[in-house]
Amino acid sequence: MNSDGNPISTLVWTFGLMSLFAVGGANSAIPEMHRIAVDVHHWMNDKQFADIFAISQLSPGPNVLIVTLIGYSVAGVAGALAATLAMCGPTAVLAYYVSRILQRSSQSRWPAIIQAALVPLSIGLMGASGLILALSSDLGWVAGLITAAAAVLAFATRLNPVWILLAGGALGFAGVI
Amino acid sequence: MKSPASESPPAAVPAPDLPASHPPNQPGLLELFVAFAKMSLAGFGGVLVWARRGIVDQHRWMTAEEFNETFALCHFLPGPNIVNLSVVFGSRFRGVAGGIAAFAGLVGPPMVIATILAALYARYGEIDALRRILAGVSCAAVGLLMAVVFKMMMPLIKKRDLVGLVILLAVFIAIGLLRLPLQTVLLVAVPLSLGITYFLRQRVAA
Repeated sequence: MNSDGNPISTLVWTFGLMSLFAVGGANSAIPEMHRIAVDVHHWMNDKQFADIFAISQLSPGPNVLIVTLIGYSVAGVAGALAATLAMCGPTAVLAYYVSRILQRSSQSRWPAIIQAALVPLSIGLMGASGLILALSSDLGWVAGLITAAAAVLAFATRLNPVWILLAGGALGFAGVI
Repeated sequence: MKSPASESPPAAVPAPDLPASHPPNQPGLLELFVAFAKMSLAGFGGVLVWARRGIVDQHRWMTAEEFNETFALCHFLPGPNIVNLSVVFGSRFRGVAGGIAAFAGLVGPPMVIATILAALYARYGEIDALRRILAGVSCAAVGLLMAVVFKMMMPLIKKRDLVGLVILLAVFIAIGLLRLPLQTVLLVAVPLSLGITYFLRQRVAA
């Protein structure tokens, strides 16, 4: 791409387009974010990407804010703002118009069919996100064990996810990993 | 579910047969902004739970059914679901300005926090203790993500939805293992999945 000269326009273009392809939400788009930020543009390395994901999960707000962190690392505060608005804007406009159309024809069965068709896709994408993130932290078997334990805890209990994240952080601080 | 709402304004008389566009409580622009900012800042690891609590239980701006319908719509649209929800929700009450107010509340304050954290990370990211903590948090966060994946898979497994599971696996391999670009995969997978789903439903209906 020749827009490399201006990082802001690259961010806007990249995330604006990604916004429209993020089926199933921000967590489904993580593989694509990883591909673009690490492999295509070399904005960061694997480890930094894993860090940024961790920070985005630790901070409050919608998951999409991982793009704020990516944007910041590329072009500071302006980059953070540009990436966030680009990732949210196009799909927000789309959602606005589609909801207005559907309000008029609420009996349509297409929403149900589209949803049924897209659910497996978004689960597959999120699974791929998990795999790519696990590989990019690449910390060995103890790390794998912590990941597995967190997954089981979150799956089987109603524990607030913050505690699981903090427990992971504490184990990391203690030098277990 | 009609427990007495202590926080709803006195003018709000429950009127179940009003159309969805005129629910009993009508939030103003500032109210929308503040409500979504609160939900968002409370939402560690996902805002949806808090959005439901705020919109349905606390403010009674929507019934549970309306909320589910609106969320279903926002879930099948691309992009961050909860962001879509804020825009659709806000605009339903106050037009474009309402959508922007809800969106700004949802994204604005946490974005400021995320930017500050990003700046701290850029500055102190190489400190050893911080690196270790983030590595631990990262492991746990990946685990949380996987738990969500399994939770979402359970209905497909229970329904023995073989087609869905095959599509799921194919997407997982294409993106996770082969690392193909998202657009390419979706341009093949979305029409395919839509076609199969439509075909199967036609056959069931017939």
